[in-house]
Amino acid sequence: MASLKELSKKKDLFAPGHRGCAGCSASIVVRQTLLACDTPVVCSICTGCLEVFSSIFPYTAWKVPLIHSLFENSAATISGIESAYRALKKRKRYTRDLKFIAWGGDGGTYDIGLQALSGAIERGHDFLYICYDNEAYMNTGIQRSSATPLGAHTTTSPAGSVIPGKQQNRKDLTNIVVAHNVPYAAQAIPSNWRDLTTKVSKALSIKGPTFINVLSPCVIGWGYEPSETIGISKLAVDTCFWPLYEVENGKYKLNYKPKEKIPIRKWMEKQARFRHLFKKENKKIIDEIQNETDRKWEKLLKLCEE
Amino acid sequence: MPLKALTGNESMAEAMRQINPDVVAAYPITPATEVVQIFSSFVADGLVDTEFVAVESEHSAMSACVGAAAAGARVMTSTASQGLALMHEVLYVAAGLRLPIVLCEINRSLSAPINIHCDHSDTMGSRDAGWIQIFSENVQETYDNVIQAMKIAESSRIPALVTTDGFILSHCLERIEVLEDSEVQSFIGEYKPAYSLLDIENPITVGPLDLQDYYFEHKRQEIEAMREAKKSIEKVNKEFGDRFRRRYDFFESYKLNGAEIAIVALGSTAGTAKVAIDSLREEGKKVGLLKLRVFRPFPYEKLCEVLQKFKVVAVLDRSDSMSSTGGPVFTEARSALYDLTTRPRFVNYIYGLGGREITESDIKKVANEALKISKTGKIKELVQYLGVRE
Repeated sequence: MASLKELSKKKDLFAPGHRGCAGCSASIVVRQTLLACDTPVVCSICTGCLEVFSSIFPYTAWKVPLIHSLFENSAATISGIESAYRALKKRKRYTRDLKFIAWGGDGGTYDIGLQALSGAIERGHDFLYICYDNEAYMNTGIQRSSATPLGAHTTTSPAGSVIPGKQQNRKDLTNIVVAHNVPYAAQAIPSNWRDLTTKVSKALSIKGPTFINVLSPCVIGWGYEPSETIGISKLAVDTCFWPLYEVENGKYKLNYKPKEKIPIRKWMEKQARFRHLFKKENKKIIDEIQNETDRKWEKLLKLCEE
Repeated sequence: MPLKALTGNESMAEAMRQINPDVVAAYPITPATEVVQIFSSFVADGLVDTEFVAVESEHSAMSACVGAAAAGARVMTSTASQGLALMHEVLYVAAGLRLPIVLCEINRSLSAPINIHCDHSDTMGSRDAGWIQIFSENVQETYDNVIQAMKIAESSRIPALVTTDGFILSHCLERIEVLEDSEVQSFIGEYKPAYSLLDIENPITVGPLDLQDYYFEHKRQEIEAMREAKKSIEKVNKEFGDRFRRRYDFFESYKLNGAEIAIVALGSTAGTAKVAIDSLREEGKKVGLLKLRVFRPFPYEKLCEVLQKFKVVAVLDRSDSMSSTGGPVFTEARSALYDLTTRPRFVNYIYGLGGREITESDIKKVANEALKISKTGKIKELVQYLGVRE
């Protein structure tokens, strides 16, 4: 586990000058992740914000080899790269030791890329998949995804005069991945840098498919001030909306337990996407979100034997 | 040269075994291509040391192929019908990133209605994807084309698709001459990729966002590469012919000398057409066949040279472009001759959709109608549908 001082001395593999929005957490996640890699890595990436702002020809922010192919195939692409690596090593045409990271947003991971992810995990490729989950299709104009929380306003689940935002709860992707019996899966968040970088190192040290789901607040899509990214992240954890935990060979472990569980509305009231829920007639939706958060938290505590 | 009795599927798998690619990523389901199954058994029995990635869909098959090829590996796959359609999006990525993947494609119809038998709708559906497309008349050609395709793809840095006709060839047992493993290896040579994602010292970004200021230039280069690929194809054909004494070209001219009308066909139908033409020639009718082998890049200059002397050209298409004016081979061949001051009359026959048989007598009918047009100069119907009840 590297200290902040040690990390700050390492060479940045994700260059400044990219076109991410001010306060963009996806870029923070990539930078922290690449700082935590001690073995050279090759990355694949889904079509999405991260790809668009970090690699506009003829520029690239990536100082590690990167491929972008399509929206839904980051996991399938990395499985090809990792297979080529094994083939060339076996045939003694390549000697270096490498690690592989596939990236995707929640759209490319929870939705259109879920099949490719499931397939790559089942085949047992040696790679780490990191989902930067910003809870909607931010790149294409903030459309709902299956990671969008109940009640949130997006451009395809708008807060209208009859329907107040998204009608469904979000998908629990981390546990879907856990159900594949992966050796390692975890949830992380950019505010808890030590937790995230430790999880990256751990995942990369384990052979086989590993997965980290990182909640990645989006200034534009969530509607908050750019300076608030880390604060909003902390609140997501302290309200137990986004618990930090890991599952190693089926064993759940809670990595952070808030001293005092903050009500979910404290996190929600900072975000424009939930603003309509604070009208009197929508109070029940906030209650529903609170109940769902509590239910999942209690379930997780049991799984973690807390 | 060793002789073997192989089906079209077996011949493709055998060529893949002899090529022994670094990575094969494939998905064999609906309609299944036996090629993948046969190749899996080669892997299981240790006859190849390829990394075989049994993916969960054709979309992922081509995606994994793209990843593997971008990592500098020699890569092959196989599919058919819906599988090729499902790969469609990724085919463009493979071509746009200039990755020399070889795909063994078994021509089968597309749903709906579901069918699984031979026609060329699947392959023609990806004709604009930027892949070299080579059609095969029989099992021998299927085998020879796969081996040549590997070298054509790698020397032109364009992915290549070799087709064999579903069931008609894929399941047809034929006695063919195969090459020795060492001959195949020496013919294709060692693959040296221009770039690799595994080159850690020189990291590259593959497939970045390419906007209005560069995209067109990159596409223009890809188009130019396809034009240049004609040279690679000629070179590889010649080398293959010189070494193994089986000659190939963009197309084959069969009894075109002294012919008044020409039939154009691709795939297994060319074999049936040859029999029909032999019989018609015995009757004293001056008919010949142009069997198109390479459909992409389209050999329009050469085609123009050969076809210009005929009064009538009858084009057989085993798919329809749904333009309401005929099939893809027809429109492209006819367009190739447009600039001539005197040019043949063209007619089109759509045939064999969903595996409907095409017989010697069907082709004789086409030839006789073409001869009639040649005499009268009158075309009753520009596009006809051969062997369909209506």
